[in-house]
Amino acid sequence: MSTIFSLSILQSALELGCIYALVALALFLSFSILNIADLSTDGCFTLGCAVGAMVTLSGHPVLALFAAMGAGVCSGFVTAFLQTRMGVPSILAGIIVNTGLYTVNIAVMGFSSNVNLFACDTVFSLAKEKLPYGWYEDWYKLLITLAIVMVIGVILSLFLNTRLGLSIRATGDNEHMVRASSINPLFMITVGLCVANALTALSGAILGQYQKSCDINLGTGMVTIALASLIIGETLVGKGSMFKKITGVILGSCLYRFIVALALRLNVPAEALKLVSAVIVAIAISFPYLREKSAFYRQRNRNRNACRKEESANVSH
Amino acid sequence: MLVIDSVSKTFNPGTVNEKKALDQVNLALEDGDFATIVGSNGAGKSTLFNAITGNFFVDEGRIVLGGEDITYCKEHVRSKVIGHLFQDPLKGTAPHMTIEENMALAYLRAATKRHAYFSRISAKEKKKFREQLALLDMGLKDRMKQPVGLLSGGQRQALTLLMATMVTPRILLLDEHTAALDPATADKVLALTEKIISDRHITCLMVTHNMHQALSLGNRTLMMDGGRIVFDVSGKAREKLTVDDLLEQFKMRAGKQLDNDRILLSK
Repeated sequence: MSTIFSLSILQSALELGCIYALVALALFLSFSILNIADLSTDGCFTLGCAVGAMVTLSGHPVLALFAAMGAGVCSGFVTAFLQTRMGVPSILAGIIVNTGLYTVNIAVMGFSSNVNLFACDTVFSLAKEKLPYGWYEDWYKLLITLAIVMVIGVILSLFLNTRLGLSIRATGDNEHMVRASSINPLFMITVGLCVANALTALSGAILGQYQKSCDINLGTGMVTIALASLIIGETLVGKGSMFKKITGVILGSCLYRFIVALALRLNVPAEALKLVSAVIVAIAISFPYLREKSAFYRQRNRNRNACRKEESANVSH
Repeated sequence: MLVIDSVSKTFNPGTVNEKKALDQVNLALEDGDFATIVGSNGAGKSTLFNAITGNFFVDEGRIVLGGEDITYCKEHVRSKVIGHLFQDPLKGTAPHMTIEENMALAYLRAATKRHAYFSRISAKEKKKFREQLALLDMGLKDRMKQPVGLLSGGQRQALTLLMATMVTPRILLLDEHTAALDPATADKVLALTEKIISDRHITCLMVTHNMHQALSLGNRTLMMDGGRIVFDVSGKAREKLTVDDLLEQFKMRAGKQLDNDRILLSK
């Protein structure tokens, strides 16, 4: 194993895993809990990265994260507005917003398709300066990303157990019940999508500062990747409390990054990476189903063998 | 308590599927009234309930609940004061959430302040929920942390009943809420329903296909056909009525035999 995996690969997989975990958490909220496929995720991720990059460029790397979240809330609100007030089906609402965001993102970056942040401070460079010298010298990026994702994870799991959180969960779980119990499902969908998109945009902003650049195509395929992380996480953890599920999603995201790192390590060409992602997603999603199936087949064969044995025993008598 | 004043509703107007579901319905329920509703399929019983809960807005007429005109009030707003139980036990609870969380959602009705949004379930509320579950006597009070999806249909319906009445509603609508349960469980849920209604003096409308229930439960019986209330009996006249009388009345007033096997078989 040590020949395939070096420590630095493990480290960068964990770092990226933590950053992308925020998108996976966003999909956890919109896809798993609200039962809405929010296809604006790709555009929203780039939006977060673009807004974050521009604010970072002007010298406010920490503010950039909050600005990105604000932009994400706006994007989520538009998606929610289209589907709750304008009668647009939820998948279409996401696609429409995603398309529109392409132009918005280019505009945010000053009508250019990329921005680089090599010359300015990021939350990572700030932290490196502030932190005293120590063993964690090489691990400061991981510490920051881990800290952010842990804080967000804890806040999200607390939020989902407040009355507002419970109402959001019920909205995705049983619409009839929600309407009969004085909860406004349209409001809950709006809140849920705003929070989810804020997380997506935050993830984009952190990634932008992490790799010191922002590109208009950064978000392409983000839905697929986040969905893979989410489903790996749900398969890993299974049923349980919200906190347990959220931990599972974060773990799933890290595991997904490991798999990608492994694929890269095995000299899969970079151009093939999207195909690798797609295959991983397909496997991850079908895994729980196949596991159930195989359990059934094993049970069936056991049963058949038992019957056959009984029959042959009867015949020999 | 509830006044329904010449309410009409037509579905798919102007198409071949046009259906006049409610036709000039008039109904006034006194505070504490418990009325049962019978009628064949498509008579408009569930449509009447949906008009009251605000599932759709009516074409004509008005609905007044507790002195407040709710004709054009949004569904989630009026559901604060309306309890509604469906025939399908799966409709009343959120399966992936725990018993405790479901009850907390029902209890949201009591919360009027905005900041209640960010509050969590308190220990005091948990105790209250536990006490209420103990009343059901179904062993649910020790399963508060389990998802509702694991409960049986009867347990879920009993829980829904508890949730619908946790904050006393102005009116409780029961849409054949025991029809999908096995006879023993149905009896239990029905007994519980009667107890809660009489204890708390709740105004109630109940759809049933069981003619005995229609006459024995509550203090008033309504019969619907073709989107109208064709027979309305209460007091002394109702006490003397038998199931056969009721069927006879239907034949006379609706101008046809009852076409519903379930009603006839439950005779």
